[in-house]
Amino acid sequence: MSTLTVNGDAPAPPVYTKRDFVSDQTIRWCPGCGDYAILDAVQKVFAGLGIPRENFVMISGIGCSSRLPYYVNTFGFHTIHGRAPAIATGIKVTRPDLSVWVATGDGDALSIGGNHLLHALRRNVDIKILLFNNRIYGLTKGQYSPTSEAGKKTKTSPYGSVDQPVDPIAYALASGATFVARSIDVYGEHLRNVLTRAASHRGTAFIEILQNCPIFNDGAFASVQDRKERPDNTLELEHGQPLLFGRDRNRGIQLRNFLPENVAVEEGAEPAQELLRHDETNPSLSYLLSQLRQPEFPVPIGVFRAVEQESYDAGVHRQIEEARAAARKPGNLDSLLRQGDIWEATAPKA
Amino acid sequence: MTGEVSPSESLVRVDDISGLSSVPVARVAGRLDSVVIRFAGDSGDGMQLTGSQFATTSALIGNDIATMPDFPAEIRAPAGTLPGVSAFQLQFSSGEIFTPGDEPDVLVAMNAAALKVNLGTLRHGRTIIANTDGFDKGNLSKSGYATNPLEDGSLDGFRLISIPITTLTMKALEESPLAKPEKQMSKNFYALGVLYWLYSRPLEATETWIQSKFAKTPDICEANLTALRGGYAYADASELFDARYEVPAAAQQPGLYRNISGNKAMALGLYAASVKSGLPLFLGSYPITPASDILAELARLKPQGVITFQAEDEIAAVCAAIGASFAGAIGLTTTSGPGVALKSEGIGLAVMTELPLVIVNVQRGGPSTGLPTKTEQADLLQALCGRNGECPVVVLAPQSAADCFDVAFEAVRIAVTHMTPVFVLSDGYIANGSEPWLVPLESDLPAISVHHHVDPETFHPFSRDPETLARPWAVPGTPGLEHRVGGLEHSNITGNISYDPQVHEEMVGLRAEKVARVARDFAPAEPFGDSSGDLLVVGWGGTFGALRTAVNQARSRGLRVSHLHLRHLNPLPENLGDVLARFSRVLVAELNLGQLDMVLRARYLRNTIRYSKVQGQPFRSTEILDAIDRALEGDPQ
Repeated sequence: MSTLTVNGDAPAPPVYTKRDFVSDQTIRWCPGCGDYAILDAVQKVFAGLGIPRENFVMISGIGCSSRLPYYVNTFGFHTIHGRAPAIATGIKVTRPDLSVWVATGDGDALSIGGNHLLHALRRNVDIKILLFNNRIYGLTKGQYSPTSEAGKKTKTSPYGSVDQPVDPIAYALASGATFVARSIDVYGEHLRNVLTRAASHRGTAFIEILQNCPIFNDGAFASVQDRKERPDNTLELEHGQPLLFGRDRNRGIQLRNFLPENVAVEEGAEPAQELLRHDETNPSLSYLLSQLRQPEFPVPIGVFRAVEQESYDAGVHRQIEEARAAARKPGNLDSLLRQGDIWEATAPKA
Repeated sequence: MTGEVSPSESLVRVDDISGLSSVPVARVAGRLDSVVIRFAGDSGDGMQLTGSQFATTSALIGNDIATMPDFPAEIRAPAGTLPGVSAFQLQFSSGEIFTPGDEPDVLVAMNAAALKVNLGTLRHGRTIIANTDGFDKGNLSKSGYATNPLEDGSLDGFRLISIPITTLTMKALEESPLAKPEKQMSKNFYALGVLYWLYSRPLEATETWIQSKFAKTPDICEANLTALRGGYAYADASELFDARYEVPAAAQQPGLYRNISGNKAMALGLYAASVKSGLPLFLGSYPITPASDILAELARLKPQGVITFQAEDEIAAVCAAIGASFAGAIGLTTTSGPGVALKSEGIGLAVMTELPLVIVNVQRGGPSTGLPTKTEQADLLQALCGRNGECPVVVLAPQSAADCFDVAFEAVRIAVTHMTPVFVLSDGYIANGSEPWLVPLESDLPAISVHHHVDPETFHPFSRDPETLARPWAVPGTPGLEHRVGGLEHSNITGNISYDPQVHEEMVGLRAEKVARVARDFAPAEPFGDSSGDLLVVGWGGTFGALRTAVNQARSRGLRVSHLHLRHLNPLPENLGDVLARFSRVLVAELNLGQLDMVLRARYLRNTIRYSKVQGQPFRSTEILDAIDRALEGDPQ
């Protein structure tokens, strides 16, 4: 890294490369794991944000994804299963100047930690949550997860899982999240763009990253990871733009009787009036998009929802400042101790 | 609880009021050394308020006081029923006292249910002041009385004073514009007026309180003042009482006093530690009886910059506190036993990452939901051992309401200077009870010297202070100190993950030794009384008052009994084994089945005498005195 000083004035934002965010720890993920690509994107994005390296804090829970902090050369805290959002909340509220990121997985965030995720999202704490969704428990060697599809056969569901899966995007939207996005581990350019936007969001940013587990759930997202097939199988959301997809941009999403339809768009024609146009501030549309499923529909990726709302940590500190200003004379310790039922005992009586 | 009074003096006690009932009917004025009153009524009758007003007035005229609220877990059970009874007991005295009294001299019963629930606390010959209006047919049947106890002779063994308090209150408020139900609400002040006359208390303090509390509702303010004065005048004019009493002021160390509850003192002690350390205070907490008041108290300190986070659950509460601590603040969580059960894994993380953390457990009766509003000391082993792995933490226990301030302060000091979680084991009895507290000055409190590490050249996440073995506190935002910590086992100095067998054994040992060395940081154990003798009574936490009162009484009878009350439960004082060895018998008294006793036996191979009580109620000093007598009858061990 180097620090540029302009005319001896205040230092300009530090200039980093990815290498500045590579730690000295040996990476212990399986070869071919999607986590490598995510780590690469995180390191590249961090390098470009203009935030001093010491001001990043990477928090994680338990699981393969949660090893990420060890590999990023910032402050990091590998905590306990499911609790990363709660620990991140304590850090961010104490130190709003820090850039606080959470790395978590589908089991960590949506099973054991479902409660903390819900409350971090509805409070809108200014933290960035990266949910690596591989639809499987990897670190414990291949049990079905809360995002595994119904009927999935694993060693703990030899007859097929009877659980219905939870949808991370719908969960986040229903929790009142102010920034909700989805990306794909190996679609580097897209992932970096989404992470960069998340970094600039003031509030909780929730990003589901579809991630391949080559050992226990290989190919779960093959149709969207494959570079050639991806355009036909994903719907890239862009605010204000019509919902068009396909390698020839010849398919679109329209609404009929409040239900989405996957329709053909004739070449050269003005996009049909009925085609839906993405609006990141429209909660009904965001939810509708979260419900699009293969094979009838493509997988939407990009930003589902982005709205402005005071973050929890900002609210806490605003309240402290207001209370301080309102107190005519902010009580010092002595005045606080001398409140309530007080009396003076003068001299001991005989 | 205040002043310097020798043990024998503090025990002199004029007998009860009823003892004077044989005195010819004349308005004699008696002097009493101490009196215990128990106010009992419906949850909605304002008994807590009445009792605390009496306590405040008594403190203001110089008595030593101790109070104990005793209320149900239900917010307001149906009026007139047994579960709806709420009581407030206080002792006021001209000498030094340590408890709200074993049993009342006077029971004020606002209705039949209040009498029924509390009669068992009253010894024969004591006084009952009953509100006859609370004994109508409905009240009697709701409380399961077939006949009216005020009339059927069943209370003949007591001195019964029957007063139609509600009727008299209504009469006194004839000219008030308030509706009937509102007027009836003033009856507690009428009763308070009667008691103020009986014990020669001034009305001014309560008048001033009423005027400020009800400033916005002048009619209610006026009604309460009229009722208070009416009760006082009625007691003076009627012939119900053949005597009135005085309890002179106690000898107190000069200074400014405050009547304070344990939970309030705890909150202030924690904040004081924040001021003296220069570190921000962050509380993560989830509401739970009987600890919620600490969260409420600290939530008021916004202008002082205290951050309170009402979390989604107990786990998030402790985790947020750990996060705050990682970020350089004093991380604090407050709860009761069931909450500690949920926080266990989080506490283990703080032990593993060697971060400061203060966990306040205001103990209540357990297991499970147990007795939420009742007191117990059965979470000691949970604090010492209730986590997976070898997971040592420091454990402290305050001995009284005011002592919560000092212990809270010490807990923070140890946590941030030794980089370790510290438990504070308070309990429902001292958390809600109150006593006079000689208020310290900020300048008299010791500074807490703590530094966040800043030098990258000398930095390793798990290097250690040679004296304390504490690791450096390196907070995010410090250039060059970027590092990772976590719950996985790691090497000393570098903090790199390691599953090496020798590394694990070394780290388990270092974490244990670090906590053990905290004992170098506090004074050795010093028994009260003589340093050797026939019997040492050992206790910890909120039982201090009952134990000290009993030991005082035993010593005044010439028995060679001393008292050791442990504030540090882990690590124990380094000289404790020597102290125990100087006594021929050791009696360990606890509100559990013998948890400290188990620790002492295991640690010092000492045959001790165990005295247990698990009724959700504090010890009575007479129970301890009996246990002392029995212990002395046995052979030396």
